[in-house]
Amino acid sequence: MPTPEDLKTRIESALPGSTATVEDLTGGGDHFRAEVVSDRFDGLSRIEQHQLVYGIFGDEVGGPIHALSIKTSTPGGTR
Amino acid sequence: MTDQEIRDFLQNAINENRVMLFMKGTPDAPRCGFSMRTSAALNAMGVQYAAMDILPDQRIREELSALSGWPTIPQLFIDQKLVGGCDIVLEMYESGELAEALGVEQPTEEPQAPEAEAPESAPLGLENRLS
Repeated sequence: MPTPEDLKTRIESALPGSTATVEDLTGGGDHFRAEVVSDRFDGLSRIEQHQLVYGIFGDEVGGPIHALSIKTSTPGGTR
Repeated sequence: MTDQEIRDFLQNAINENRVMLFMKGTPDAPRCGFSMRTSAALNAMGVQYAAMDILPDQRIREELSALSGWPTIPQLFIDQKLVGGCDIVLEMYESGELAEALGVEQPTEEPQAPEAEAPESAPLGLENRLS
């Protein structure tokens, strides 16, 4: 069962220089919310930003990770 | 139905409905909080939209995600383009971008996430629902 720390580590290593804050919404280890700040999001549409984060976890989202709620922003500010 | 037939059916639904929501449950009986909040945001915009429940067959969800490249439900399409899931739709609702994408006026009351709205109170004027 993934922990918020697992997800945080994987996001931050997949997107070097990013900062991720991950919480387990239900305590059940399958509904998470991740706030990710990365300059990699610069110039991407919101959907592309979210797809970048979902892409880190592949099939696990919808599988062991039942739900992953995402909020993305760049160090310069939210878009 | 073969997987290909399911995928064709989904693609048709996207092509034929300008605003197409794939969700768990239906707008009047959502089966997941994320689906509920997304359909409530559309209800608040006062637009007609089509909604399809993906729960009856696991393959609907598999084919939809293969088609869209998006792993979770709900998924909102406007003008045949994937707009996003619950998080993106609610962010766009609050920022006014959803109204813009739908080509309607932002509701005049203070925009807020329609989270508090109970499913049974969702206003329904949907004449174009598939399920």
